[in-house]
Amino acid sequence: MTATYADSRDKPRRPLIHRRSAIPGFGITMGLTLASLSLIVLIPLAAVGLKAAEQSPADFLHAAFNERALTAYRLSFGAAFIAAAINGVFGLLTAWALVRYEFPLKGLVNGLIDLPFALPTAVAGIALATLYAPNGWIGSLAEPAGLKIAYTPLGVVIALTFIGLPFIVRTLEPVMRDLSADVEEAAASLGAGRLDTIARVVLPALAPAWLTGFALAFARAVGEYGSVIFIAGNMPYKSEIAPLLIVIELEQYDYAGAATIAVVMLVVSFAMLFVINAVQAWARRLSA
Amino acid sequence: MSRSPDTTTDPLWARIVVLALVAVFLAGVLILPLVSVFFEALRKGLPAALEAIATEDARAAIKLTLLTAAIAVPFNVAFGLCASWAVAKFQFPGKPFLITLIDLPFSVSPVVAGLIYVLVFGAQGWFGPWLLDHDIKIVFAVPGIVLATIFVTFPFVARELIPLMQEQGVDEEEAAISLGASGLRAFWSVTAPNIRWGLLYGVLLCNARAMGEFGAVSVVSGHIRGLTNTMPLHVEILYNEYDYVGAFAVAALLCFLAVVTLVLKSVLEIAQPRSRAGGH
Repeated sequence: MTATYADSRDKPRRPLIHRRSAIPGFGITMGLTLASLSLIVLIPLAAVGLKAAEQSPADFLHAAFNERALTAYRLSFGAAFIAAAINGVFGLLTAWALVRYEFPLKGLVNGLIDLPFALPTAVAGIALATLYAPNGWIGSLAEPAGLKIAYTPLGVVIALTFIGLPFIVRTLEPVMRDLSADVEEAAASLGAGRLDTIARVVLPALAPAWLTGFALAFARAVGEYGSVIFIAGNMPYKSEIAPLLIVIELEQYDYAGAATIAVVMLVVSFAMLFVINAVQAWARRLSA
Repeated sequence: MSRSPDTTTDPLWARIVVLALVAVFLAGVLILPLVSVFFEALRKGLPAALEAIATEDARAAIKLTLLTAAIAVPFNVAFGLCASWAVAKFQFPGKPFLITLIDLPFSVSPVVAGLIYVLVFGAQGWFGPWLLDHDIKIVFAVPGIVLATIFVTFPFVARELIPLMQEQGVDEEEAAISLGASGLRAFWSVTAPNIRWGLLYGVLLCNARAMGEFGAVSVVSGHIRGLTNTMPLHVEILYNEYDYVGAFAVAALLCFLAVVTLVLKSVLEIAQPRSRAGGH
């Protein structure tokens, strides 16, 4: 997401608008950029807002906040939050192990972390559903304990954990690598135990990156569809995520209803984008 | 000064506990799912899996997936080059805002990405009646699938190239041009060699997403077998019909693509070490 522009955007600017640059091509490249952006992204996105606005305010509110929609948001946002939190713990440990420890097959493990970026979500979906179903490799282990994972909200959390993992690991890794050992040594030489050093020196230094990774994983998980629908069970009022509700309303030709839920989700996504940018600005001020 | 091992490394027991937790976690979330795809695909033996991939519908799905990527990826490269050139080589007000807009599709749910094209080009959409009169099908046809794919992959190449080009500044290009090179020549001989690894990296990720996109394509496709089914959609249909061997056989093909993508990605990362956090 916007994460990666952080460093470059803050470079010292040239003092004036560089219209009379010696370099040619500003007009045509900017023109093509704005044209594609408008035609592919902005104008179609505006269609959602306009479609939703065709209804009366009462209809809009009903379509956006009826009981079924509210349960779907609760599941989408709740499961996305829990999944990001799980990744916040295990992704942190994974990144720590990758940066600080040596272990067999480390290169392979490091490459696999990006699997959720490369694997089509539908493939992840059927694989996770099969694995965590009551007769699956992992599901059959949980079954005797009375724990049902697939086809319950727990299954949604599993799928969203898969999707979010690389965001946390890959945002934490570079920060951990840059973390100077001197600071840890200083803390240790002042008498701090290892746990103390980690809790008071290492973790606070990682906090901004951790928050960024958490927000990125959460934002991605909220809108996720492909990996979730196979494992979710998709029961109305129980295990139905918000993007699925859009698909269902579309299949019933309720375009305004679908557009309304899309608007709610877009507003939340843009709010998340804003939060992520704010967290990054804060992190940069902190490190400056 | 060398690190003293006692103060900056974790005790052995802590390392073992952390590695065990990481191993269990990664096994459950990443490794077993990957293994299970191939396991399920081969449950009835290799011939059954190959047969599932060779059916007419599966072949049509593979063809459509390749066609979609063959349009979406070059578009993405062209857009990415334009956008990064305009953003990185020139100063203008509102630049951070433009970058945010380019990144926007990453914050939009894939389902919404499909929905917007249904609203614009669908039978009840803005251009629906006009398209109907002229017998042009966009939604529930191949053009819609391509459009939705372009939307979800929109930022891939641009977001790789913009920071890269910004880092490299404009001095080299200015030098080339002051020596009499044309703009295109300056791009080919000065800029292109500097950005080729980043460009390849963006193309690789863009291609993986283009071939694997499910949500957006599912909304605009109409799921017509042999006509508007991409590979991920074909996986869904077979899975919902309880043809697990077939579904996982096509899925295994997509897994193979993902693994190749990851390997090439690692190679590129060695060719050009990246200092910043990666990801979509």
